[in-house]
Amino acid sequence: MKRIYMDHSATTPTDPLVVEAMLPYFTEKFGNASSLHFFGQEAAEALEQSRKQVAYLIGARPEEIIFTSGGTESDNLAIKGIAYQNSGKGKHIITSVIEHPAVLNTCAHLEKDGFEVTYVPVDSDGILDVAELENAIRDDTILITVMHANNEIGTIQPITEISKISKEKGIYFHTDAVQSVGKIPVDVNELGVDLLSISSHKIHGPKGVGALYIKKGTLIQAIAHGGEHEARLRAGTENIPGIVGFAKATTLAKERLAVDSKHLTELRDLLIKKVLDSIGHSYLNGHPTKRLPNNANLRFSFIEGEAMLLSLDMKGIAVSTASACSSRSLEPSHVLKAIGLRPEDAHGSLRFSLGKDNTREEVDYVVESLAEVVRKLRDMSPLV
Amino acid sequence: MYSEKVMEHFSNPRNVGEIEDADGVGRVGSPSCGDTMDIYIKVKDGIIADVKFRTFGCAAAIASSSMMTEMAKGKTIEEVLEITRDDVADELGGLPEAKMHCSNLASDAIRAAIEDYLEKQSHKKDNSR
Repeated sequence: MKRIYMDHSATTPTDPLVVEAMLPYFTEKFGNASSLHFFGQEAAEALEQSRKQVAYLIGARPEEIIFTSGGTESDNLAIKGIAYQNSGKGKHIITSVIEHPAVLNTCAHLEKDGFEVTYVPVDSDGILDVAELENAIRDDTILITVMHANNEIGTIQPITEISKISKEKGIYFHTDAVQSVGKIPVDVNELGVDLLSISSHKIHGPKGVGALYIKKGTLIQAIAHGGEHEARLRAGTENIPGIVGFAKATTLAKERLAVDSKHLTELRDLLIKKVLDSIGHSYLNGHPTKRLPNNANLRFSFIEGEAMLLSLDMKGIAVSTASACSSRSLEPSHVLKAIGLRPEDAHGSLRFSLGKDNTREEVDYVVESLAEVVRKLRDMSPLV
Repeated sequence: MYSEKVMEHFSNPRNVGEIEDADGVGRVGSPSCGDTMDIYIKVKDGIIADVKFRTFGCAAAIASSSMMTEMAKGKTIEEVLEITRDDVADELGGLPEAKMHCSNLASDAIRAAIEDYLEKQSHKKDNSR
């Protein structure tokens, strides 16, 4: 049976070149970067070289990069780090209603700790309302955190517009760029952000590693305490093999960005067009053009996402759903709710997230299979 | 995540459809909570002679509906009313904790269909008086 992976927003296969770059750092170059001897210095050199590579991807300086265990830790460090550092100035944070749980639950945690959080709504395309955000700013606002691109519906947020406002008002601005890096240009200077989170395994790097960009001069508090690693902001012996692999992945992503992004956009548009043309009562969630080149979030009336996902899985196709039935909480997706979908429509949504190795033939096969699956489930549905 | 039995019933559900001149119809759940089940029954001499379903929901909901119809077919009304919510899940080789409500829904649906049948029967009796 064919096996087709269209769930690249969940994770990506590690590039063989990345694996190759990592291998020596498990064995002969195993040193601890904090050690003064030869073994340690070899690791320290690899660490600093990696920092340069990651910085280069996003137009930052090497000293502005802190390595972490991934996107979630980067978001935690950015948000808690700014909040605790600036709690004397104010305790108000602004975010959006469609953030990743790494941001939403960090904010919820801070709310228990005496901070106040305003959640700015989005329109029916999933784009943040900048005027609402501006209205939400108070004298005690210390941080704005808004994602660059949404992980479920792929909509790209007006980050430069927000950063103009944050600069004017002197408020720190963090963005979670975990989904956008490697798919669209991400340059910290162009975006005008103070902090930016990235993850390795979304860009064909290994899991368990990521980075936080912290603009020079931005003070934050550490959230994990221990040794003096990573400018004393992230204690713990550095994951050198992971960091080297992540760095290699960023270099490859930078080299391939133009080609990959064109290829992904073509496949995405082909997939969307074919689905909307060939399957009745199917709709695109999110903005038609202001979306990640690799994201197609589609919904199908009268049927449920988990049933669709498992039926596709049996045909060798891997996608994802934000249907409540696939979550432990049985709550519908907060993102689909935020763009105004009725619960039953949110239940019937699937996310196809493409990767550089997907082909037009795969898209054809996926649409054919999907049409069959939708037909079969609708034949069973009392709602048709 | 799911047992083989669940996946088998989900892939090849039994008794899908509706019965046009059904003796009893039960609908439970609501689209907004992610599951809706319609169950149709045909009763002959106190026995469930035929049963069909339509379900909007996840794999567990579809498999539970399918299993419920198989369990009910050919049984007396009294026997079917004795089928508990857990029985459906047990017959399916178990369901994940978060999915237990799906099997509950299936047993609720057939109960609703039987109640509908019994109510119609009592109306018939009333009318014949």
